[in-house]
Amino acid sequence: MSTLEQEAETEAETDAEAETDGPSPQDRRMAEKEARAQARERERQTLEEVRDADEAVTLKVFRYDPEVEGKEEPRFDDFAVPFHKGMTVLDALIYARDHYDSSLTFRHSCRQAVCGSDALFVNGQQRLGCKTQIADLEDPVRIEPLPHQDVVKDLVVDMEHFYEQMHAVEPYFDPDDLPTGEYEEQRQSPENREHIKMSTRCIWCGACMSSCNIAAGDNEYLGPAAINKAYRFAMDEREGEARKEDRMRIVEQEHGVWRCQTQFSCTEVCPKDIPLTEHIQELKREAVKSNLKFW
Amino acid sequence: MHEHDVLVVGAGGAGLRAAIAAHEEGADVAMVTKLHPVRSHTGAAEGGINAALHPEDSWELHAYDTIKGSDYLGDAPAVETFAQDARDEVIQLEHWGMPFSREEDGTVSQRPFGGLSHPRTTYAGAETGHHLLHTMYEQVVKRGIQVYEEWQVLNLAVTDHDDVEERECHGVVAYDIASGQVEGFHANDGVILATGGPGQVFDHTTNAVANSGDGYAMAYRAGVPLEDMEFVQFHPTTLPSTGVLISEGVRGEGGILYNDDEERLMFEYGYANNDGELASRDVVSRAELTEVNEGRGIEDEYVHLDMRHLGEERILDRLENILHLAEDFEGVDGLEEPMPVKPGQHYQMGGVECDENGLTCIDGLYAAGETACVSLHGANRLGGNALPELLVYGARAGRHAAGADMKEPEIQTGPGAKIEDGSIDAGVEIGALGGTDETVAADGAAVDAETVVDAAVQREQERVDRLLEADGINHALVRDDIQETMTENVNVFRREDNLIEALEDIRAARERYQHVAASDPSRTYNTDVLHTMETRNIIDIAEAITVGALAREEFRGAHWREQHQYRDDENWLKHTLLAWNGGNPQLYYKDVILEGEDKVYEPKERSY
Repeated sequence: MSTLEQEAETEAETDAEAETDGPSPQDRRMAEKEARAQARERERQTLEEVRDADEAVTLKVFRYDPEVEGKEEPRFDDFAVPFHKGMTVLDALIYARDHYDSSLTFRHSCRQAVCGSDALFVNGQQRLGCKTQIADLEDPVRIEPLPHQDVVKDLVVDMEHFYEQMHAVEPYFDPDDLPTGEYEEQRQSPENREHIKMSTRCIWCGACMSSCNIAAGDNEYLGPAAINKAYRFAMDEREGEARKEDRMRIVEQEHGVWRCQTQFSCTEVCPKDIPLTEHIQELKREAVKSNLKFW
Repeated sequence: MHEHDVLVVGAGGAGLRAAIAAHEEGADVAMVTKLHPVRSHTGAAEGGINAALHPEDSWELHAYDTIKGSDYLGDAPAVETFAQDARDEVIQLEHWGMPFSREEDGTVSQRPFGGLSHPRTTYAGAETGHHLLHTMYEQVVKRGIQVYEEWQVLNLAVTDHDDVEERECHGVVAYDIASGQVEGFHANDGVILATGGPGQVFDHTTNAVANSGDGYAMAYRAGVPLEDMEFVQFHPTTLPSTGVLISEGVRGEGGILYNDDEERLMFEYGYANNDGELASRDVVSRAELTEVNEGRGIEDEYVHLDMRHLGEERILDRLENILHLAEDFEGVDGLEEPMPVKPGQHYQMGGVECDENGLTCIDGLYAAGETACVSLHGANRLGGNALPELLVYGARAGRHAAGADMKEPEIQTGPGAKIEDGSIDAGVEIGALGGTDETVAADGAAVDAETVVDAAVQREQERVDRLLEADGINHALVRDDIQETMTENVNVFRREDNLIEALEDIRAARERYQHVAASDPSRTYNTDVLHTMETRNIIDIAEAITVGALAREEFRGAHWREQHQYRDDENWLKHTLLAWNGGNPQLYYKDVILEGEDKVYEPKERSY
């Protein structure tokens, strides 16, 4: 579909809601006319921007909406977006939404790879939209929602299952006892802090889970992110023993660490470079050790 | 209708801390948030959390530094309560498992930060906010606190007594983003607004796209005054192309600012002969822009922040995240070359007027975190003081809303605290079009709580339906106009004619907003409707900031006026308040409290 030309005529007729006690109908019509003129002017500017840009990038974006005619069946829409140096996939999506089609739907917030909202399937790989430079991608750029998750609309997937798995590993600190002195912290060696550092960087974006073949086939598999969360507490020397044992039982159950077949796909796609597969392997060893302890 | 004792709106640091505190007091608490909690912008905070933990440091020194940093516009009771409670809060966070950076002996590390007389900034690498956010969310999960995630609060359910101080807040109206349902939430004991900052008022900002200042605008239209909104912090080190933040921690560890002539500008031109790069943020931002304006900027836009001399080991240990940000968002390798930086909107010192317990002048309505103005930061916030603020005041608001017995506040709120009226002479109308806004509060003096909530639900349902059904222009046009004029005219350096121009532009944007509609007709995950609602909030906040900036004819903290180049304690040692007043905004002032528990903070010249 041509997304560049479709909007100009949509507002030909206005019967906007009457604003009670506002300006007279004539003034209102004039103001609306003026607003439409400005909107058209902006569209012209957009077209000029596309023409003037050194180059434009073509986005092929997955579209789906269960309740909108023409979108119930998934389709791809093309958007031509003027390229500038430093432009990210998220920048390009925002441009397309704000200039061509305000119904284009995707999650995003921080723009700096820390909120984890915009994990997408870009040119066949899980990536954060905000952290992926358009210049590094082949044109056209194909943007799809994360695979192996239910699509709510366009690029938005249902994250509920991911959150449930994250919550399933008792993801909270629970020490056996705490220091009692005034303003006294628990001690943690810099080495131990370093040991857990990478695991604490997880931003819950879901890229790893989406890339994992095992998770795709076994809906109950905890998945790399949740196991990494368990690792973060299992390796923290401040964590209480009772909770550590509880949590270890959860990660070593049937749909836990032993499911991982060390394919490294999660590690490859993690935008925070967390060595997820290594962490899973380390927990397997811990599980063996703790079982030996009870023999 | 949903019903809980305490409702927390927003699930960033302040909201999470408030929810935990209210839960610990035994309240049935729920969070209503347009983002899943871990998506909140607290997660982007980098530098650290100030608390006077060292034996040779003291809360008194922390309080003094904060008042000096505020350019004597912080209220002493707010500042002292903060400096005292911050210590407990940081230790509490550590006891919840926060992965702080550590010393060899296993204690929590503390580093120097701008404007501090002692190294008292605790941190977790250069990603302190991320760890704080996740650590507190873990505690919310542990307690089984209910989170209505991806529910956008559209308005408050407040009674419409003529006298604002008689109004009561009984809940909120929220929109389930996934389904498009509009539903009422009845709060038996209190609603806490913790919706973060309003960075989307500007186009070059460190803030998230979601930071549209919803809490400010909803409280304002319900009748709570906005306080000191002219004080906007522009962070001196943001990446030029995106506004992504480069932590003050870089300068705290020894990073140096250079101009195009490779001069160490802070000393070379005398902006801060003692503290150099570690002067307060307002001082450094003005220094950088002065360099650019006088032709010594790089590409007439930015300056360089160099950390190469710190060495790879130290950078990787304490600032690794900065290397990733510079690489991913500016294509610069911080180990090999200096990083380009320029000032960007970062933090709103002003906000929803409240007391030390977070309570506003409307019964049952609280504010905490960046949304609130206690006032702790006055005219300028010190780096490392925002995260402890959301801990200290989030916890206090949560406790108070849940009915805990707390010390009587010293800070007065509401119209009763007025000392004099104010006015601006701009020749531009402000407030609602036509001077009245019928959507403020409940209809017909309804005082039965559920009726108030129901009436509010109905009104918001009508708004949503209208946006979905009407034809109109895209709200993004209006938002762009606001961001453009604010960045052009209400930036670091402010001139009277520019401020008036901004008010004219905002007025025009408000008129255009009358004609917006969502072009997405779907009830499913309709972000078009949500962003259109946010833009309305952005208009009100932009106007409040500009009115304050025009009214305050002096130079204090982050607020610089061309024709008024000195701090005028005789006339301006007072807070600016702007009350919506049913759509016909009223400007007035109230006193600053500089009397602390044991001493009076006499205003002194502020030099670094």
